[in-house]
Amino acid sequence: MSKKTERTVAQGRRKLIKQTATLTVAAAAAQFGFPAILRAQSDTIRIGHITPRTGFLGQVGEYGYKGAMLAVEEANAAGGVLGRKVEMIAEDSVNPATAVTKANKLVERDQVICLIGEVSSASGLAIGEQAQRYKIPFFNTGCNSDALRGANCKRYMFHIEGSNTMYTKTIGTWQLQKNLIRGARWYFLTADYAFGHDLYKVSSRFLEQNGGIILNNDFVPTNTADYSAYILKIRQLKPDFVYLNLAGVDQTTFLKQYKEYGLPYQLAGGVMDTAPFWATGLDALSGHWQSLWYHGLNIPSSRGFTERFVKKYGQPPENQAWGDYMGVRIVLQTVAETKGTEASRIVQHLEKGAEFDLLKARKGKFRDWDHQLLQEMYVVNVKDKSKSKDQWDIFDIVETVPGPKESLELIQPTQQENPCSLPAA
Amino acid sequence: MLLLEQIANGLLVGSYYIVLSLGLSLIFSLGGVVNLAHGAFYAVGAYLAYEIERRLGFFGAMGLSPVGVALIGILIERLALQRLYNKDPMLGLLFTFGLALTAEQSLRMIWGTTGLPFSLPEQLRGQLILGDFIYSYYRLFVLAVAMSAVTGCWLLLNKTAFGMVVRAGVRDPEMVRALGISLRPILTAVFALGVALAGLAGVLSAPLAGVQPAMGTEILTATFVVVVIGGLGSFWGVVISGLLVGAVRGITVYYYPPAAEASMYLLMVLILLFRPRGLMGEKFEKFE
Repeated sequence: MSKKTERTVAQGRRKLIKQTATLTVAAAAAQFGFPAILRAQSDTIRIGHITPRTGFLGQVGEYGYKGAMLAVEEANAAGGVLGRKVEMIAEDSVNPATAVTKANKLVERDQVICLIGEVSSASGLAIGEQAQRYKIPFFNTGCNSDALRGANCKRYMFHIEGSNTMYTKTIGTWQLQKNLIRGARWYFLTADYAFGHDLYKVSSRFLEQNGGIILNNDFVPTNTADYSAYILKIRQLKPDFVYLNLAGVDQTTFLKQYKEYGLPYQLAGGVMDTAPFWATGLDALSGHWQSLWYHGLNIPSSRGFTERFVKKYGQPPENQAWGDYMGVRIVLQTVAETKGTEASRIVQHLEKGAEFDLLKARKGKFRDWDHQLLQEMYVVNVKDKSKSKDQWDIFDIVETVPGPKESLELIQPTQQENPCSLPAA
Repeated sequence: MLLLEQIANGLLVGSYYIVLSLGLSLIFSLGGVVNLAHGAFYAVGAYLAYEIERRLGFFGAMGLSPVGVALIGILIERLALQRLYNKDPMLGLLFTFGLALTAEQSLRMIWGTTGLPFSLPEQLRGQLILGDFIYSYYRLFVLAVAMSAVTGCWLLLNKTAFGMVVRAGVRDPEMVRALGISLRPILTAVFALGVALAGLAGVLSAPLAGVQPAMGTEILTATFVVVVIGGLGSFWGVVISGLLVGAVRGITVYYYPPAAEASMYLLMVLILLFRPRGLMGEKFEKFE
């Protein structure tokens, strides 16, 4: 074979490879690209739900899933949105690393229009970064860490869950009113991860600003099964209050064992999720706590939600169920109002102050500069056991914070306290 | 003084680790199966206790729940596990791991994902205060139960014919067989006893930490650490190791709480550096 023919053959082969490649790309585009867009236009609206369903936050996360599912079913029963059916694809986020993988999968393979969920602040941070990268909105329904709304805030991340500052200032406003803070000595127990550290910073700052004294803070590893050693330390220091910055199962375990030792020091805390309190049981509960939403709330729309949830699942919704239910509702209302699923338009619409019915007395909207949902919270008091109707009926609502005439900004971190600067969209 | 209190309290906590780890150690020593489902039996014990307690009270639950767990154990051993003795250890490991996952998910499906409330028994509420020290009656009760369980096991293993066969089987199963003694029923009995101890620990923990599906997975690692520190196959090794782990944890909480849960792993590393077989681990041919 001469050199020339050789080259021709080689060229021919190269050409063939090129052609094949082009064909493959075209085929791939035809298969994945165009139909996907067509499908997204004509078919269903897909929502990605991502939250821990196992592990120490799993029991809270499961309520979130149930709430979101109910919202999707209700939307479809009402004929869908923009004439399209709504579909929810749910993933267990497990931990920050897995959360990233699952978020990528939901966006790339399932082509969801948004992500909703999460409870762990560490995972929430990771999901927020992915949402920003893909430019699709992420609605945080369960992460409390202020950093997510502050130093780590993102244009595509919105917060339905209350921040640590909101929880702290809600109970703090009440404590100030009752003059419980000035001169009082506080013993802190704090979960040793992103959420806890953040909460300790905000809650200790609030108490110290108002004349409280921090006796001690123990950073407690998550999933601690035995608190007796901590309780002995508390007993030695004789504080006025024990301030709990624990979450999930850890809350339950501590509360039960604290009761076991019968110490007289009052309990308060930087966060209250109803599920761990249910699991603790009325016997071991006491004191005033703060709540983002509670199923005993006496507002017609709220009672309606509770009734529908009980009908479907046989037990009342936890505050996390409310959070994820609201997440889906807010997304679908926004899609309806912007007449489409385009992410940038959703973000703009929310930043312009779209209002939402939150099943509370006042409507809520997202703060434009840090994307925190402005809303009412509640101070609740552990119920007298003789007056409790069933195992779920554990609180009386004492007051709404901010009160009816006060600004919703009252419990929010100020712009000085919250170092968020959102880059342009 | 405070430190002393922490150490005393740690020993109390440790007694509870012993009940869990003793069962695990027994099952491994005789059958050579690493029972990754030990935590699952512990959780099942707590859930059974939740059901029984509502009908027969706490003490009824404490008596019946371990029996229930033992029956489940016998069923599983007979149907599946006994086929895996003397096979590749990986098979037993995989089987019990799968069993643990299935069990946890089943608990979720039957009783829901949320933790269930479980109150301290009325008779055991309150605290004993000795000078600066404080003990809850319930924990003293746990200590008493744990000590009875340990004593019972020791007597069973050292003072009965059954125990003699078990000890011989641990040391040299082939010789036992050569003497015309079948190890099969013994293996079943030891497995049942081991998981019954796990079930008992589950009942005891329910009033302290509540009942929730992931409780088994959470406790399993600690159980293994206690067995490894104590030394495989050693009865007293497990007892001493349980107390040691409890005490070290108490001291860590006193000085540096963030390391509290890590303290037992550090202890394990240190002990294995100096005694690769654990504190009282013996050299058995079948483990080499």
